[in-house]
Amino acid sequence: MTAQELPISGDADVVRVRQAVRAAAVEAKLSLVDQTKLVTAASELARNTLTYGGGGGAVVEQVTKGLRKGVKAVFHDKGPGIADVAQALTDGFTSGSGMGLGLGGARRLVDEFAIETAPGDGTTVTVVKWAR
Amino acid sequence: MERLPILKIGQMLLVSIQVDLRDDMVVALQEDLAERIVETGARGVVIDITALDIVDSFTGRMLATIAALSRVLDAETVVVGMRPAVAITLVELGLSLDGIKTALDVERGIRLLSPAGGAAR
Ligand SMILES: Nc1ncnc2c1ncn2[C@@H]1O[C@H](COP(=O)(O)OP(=O)(O)OP(=O)(O)O)[C@@H](O)[C@H]1O
Ligand SMILES: [Mg+2]
Repeated sequence: MTAQELPISGDADVVRVRQAVRAAAVEAKLSLVDQTKLVTAASELARNTLTYGGGGGAVVEQVTKGLRKGVKAVFHDKGPGIADVAQALTDGFTSGSGMGLGLGGARRLVDEFAIETAPGDGTTVTVVKWAR
Repeated sequence: MERLPILKIGQMLLVSIQVDLRDDMVVALQEDLAERIVETGARGVVIDITALDIVDSFTGRMLATIAALSRVLDAETVVVGMRPAVAITLVELGLSLDGIKTALDVERGIRLLSPAGGAAR
């Protein structure tokens, strides 16, 4: 599977990103629970891209490490960025009307998690989940 | 916008979610349900999520809001049919769904709500 670039500019796009991540997770032979965890993390991150990043995109692709297969999803926006990443990752912290669970929860649900962000410079969140 | 159908069955309202949920549909459902509860005088709401392959923080918050809102309108809400993988993921995400009644399937959910099933008032 080649990398898939998907726009995130509305509620319907969040659904499409979930579907693309699900398809990639099935193809990489992730277990049902791991598929569900990855798709849920992707849903949280795509919504953050939309709500806080002002829209952006996602890149979904299959990755390999030796014989292991996995799925990598990158969420990027050119929004305001996150000034305090540790605070944003804290369960319960929200600058909006959410529950503040998305970012911290997404990190728990995947195997690899990275945030690249700076105030005024947008946000890129990368997650990977490996087949067991 | 596509809206989720709400069925009236006796004293109960049933919402069976059969599509990929968009956030705007979720918000509309809260409003529609509040209206229908008042309109019909329903005493119970069953939300069937058997077909939902994920429940994220947004959907979880919606379920909690519907439960709270129906309580204020003198109705009880039961969420039924959560898949095992969804339940496992919810817990790890950090969503407790405190205060939401759950049952394994629609039949048990309805039993939980009907007076004979214990939710007598
Ligand atoms: N892409 C982003 N750009 C700018 N800020 C962000 C971005 N993603 C997250 N944040 C900031 O991090 C905070 C925490 O995000 P998180 O997803 O954990 O919670 P939430 O979206 O507020 O609520 P929930 O996800 O539970 O509905 C957000 O409130 C927001 O301030
Ligand atoms: Mg969020």
